[in-house]
Amino acid sequence: MRRGWRYSGFAYGVVVPFAIVLAFPFFWMAVTSFKPEAQVYDPTKVWTFHPTLANYGFLFHHTGYLRWLRNSSLVGVAVVLITLVVAVPAGYALARLSGRVGRTLGVALFLTYLVPPTLLFLPLSRVISKLNLEDRLWALILIYPSFTIPFAIWLLMGFFKAVPQELEDAALVDGCSRLGALARIVLPISLPGLITVVIFTFSLVINEFVYAITFISSSTNRTLTVGVPTDLIRGDLFNWPGIMAAILLPSIPLALVYNAFLNRFIAGFTGGAFR
Amino acid sequence: MVGSTRRPRYLAERRGLLATLLISPAVLFTALLVGVPLGLAIYLSFTDATAGSLSGKWVGLGNYRSALHDQIFRDAIWHTVIFTVISQAVVIVCAGLLAHALVRSFRGRWALRFLILLPWAAPVALTSIGFLWFYDPQASIFNWFLVHLHLVDKTQLPNWLGTPRAAMSSIITVQAWRILPFATVIFLAGVSSIPQEVDDAAAMDGATGLRKFWYVSLPLQLPIAIVAVLFGIVFTATDMIVPYILTNGGPFNSTQVLTTWAFQTGINAGNIGEGAAIALFMLPLLALVTVGMLFFARRAEVT
Repeated sequence: MRRGWRYSGFAYGVVVPFAIVLAFPFFWMAVTSFKPEAQVYDPTKVWTFHPTLANYGFLFHHTGYLRWLRNSSLVGVAVVLITLVVAVPAGYALARLSGRVGRTLGVALFLTYLVPPTLLFLPLSRVISKLNLEDRLWALILIYPSFTIPFAIWLLMGFFKAVPQELEDAALVDGCSRLGALARIVLPISLPGLITVVIFTFSLVINEFVYAITFISSSTNRTLTVGVPTDLIRGDLFNWPGIMAAILLPSIPLALVYNAFLNRFIAGFTGGAFR
Repeated sequence: MVGSTRRPRYLAERRGLLATLLISPAVLFTALLVGVPLGLAIYLSFTDATAGSLSGKWVGLGNYRSALHDQIFRDAIWHTVIFTVISQAVVIVCAGLLAHALVRSFRGRWALRFLILLPWAAPVALTSIGFLWFYDPQASIFNWFLVHLHLVDKTQLPNWLGTPRAAMSSIITVQAWRILPFATVIFLAGVSSIPQEVDDAAAMDGATGLRKFWYVSLPLQLPIAIVAVLFGIVFTATDMIVPYILTNGGPFNSTQVLTTWAFQTGINAGNIGEGAAIALFMLPLLALVTVGMLFFARRAEVT
């Protein structure tokens, strides 16, 4: 069916202005990141300047940026692994095995995702110091699953429910055990869903700020989100172009994978309880 | 006969056992890392624990009383309400509009959606620092636009983070900016979940434009939309990243919200007991949202 110009006209009329407003900060970050540091405050050089890559070089060679990037990725990978090990069985059991009680439990688990870090960081700071984990990445690896597991279970429930029951029943009739059916039938079919969970769990970890700023105190152990605001600002001296580069580098790839997996995320997120 | 009735029951029991085995690690982990600290927070709020010592003296409701008598704390509650309500009101209106446009298919949709997703995908702790630069009193790009559009005078540039009223608007703007893509995405799920048949039936009955939106589309997508809004409320009222990075509660505590005040009292000043008491004032809100979530999640399932 061909649709008239009014159909797409409305879409462009709304989407284009919003896209400009929402993305403009990133455009301006990019512009600033290529400015020579001496020109960022110059009112005559707002749009015309000599672009340079010096700020990116500064970031890589004279700050802890690569180290923070490594720390964030390390914690991210560890937390994703822990999350999958705990959440995949739970998500499957809640989706398939446990009926009414399971539904309630699933919702209850998910609601713990709503308990914010800002409520828990004070008592957890005592726990962390009791365990002698202060200023160590292990503290973050231990604590982060507290919000990634409920989040992942919720998404996984949605994906597992979408797998046709008949396929699984056929495997069971053929003599497969429940866990065998999970490993041989359900997981391969839900692979795109699993990748979605990995991506969004990883990005939750990269985004986390409150725990990281409370538990980590030395520059070498900082993660990206805490290192940039604390260490790239020395006294009142801001290296603005360098900071803009530091923000852009992780943001763009994250946004690309978000966009690629968005439809699956929506399916899992709204499918967990609404199906 | 005995065998045939026993076998399914035996199976059912095994199924229950397996389910328990598979679920218990998740329940255990969550109970240990969310339940226990939550209990500990409540306990600490009744003591005078400080950062140095591991246990404090029992002081009953002392922390709550002293928090309530503190003008900064009372203002912080009010600021939290303003910060949340205004930013989420903006988000609801914009996300509703955007979702209805994005549900259509048009050329360049992928690229435009990518641009719209950026604020949500990027780490907010980092993008907030970006806004620190956009709001810079000497080099604010926003001021550059305002001056060139002749909206403000060059000699009276607004100091976005330096004056109370402007600072509050500034953090609300950033918060709305970063929640909007998430709300749009969930709204979009609500809009696209309306079956084509319903749309056609409504058209057959002569419902068009606003009438159709009001009587058909809106009621159908409302439960999912409300869940998105409840999320937005929780993520805003309990978040501290945006105010912490942009203003840290200043100037003169004019953007102090519950979370930043709890952080300053509990971590910076070391009064863990009182900090915990301040943070716990978020619990009633969380309880309300939880009830709403359970109610509307069930409604969404029915439709």
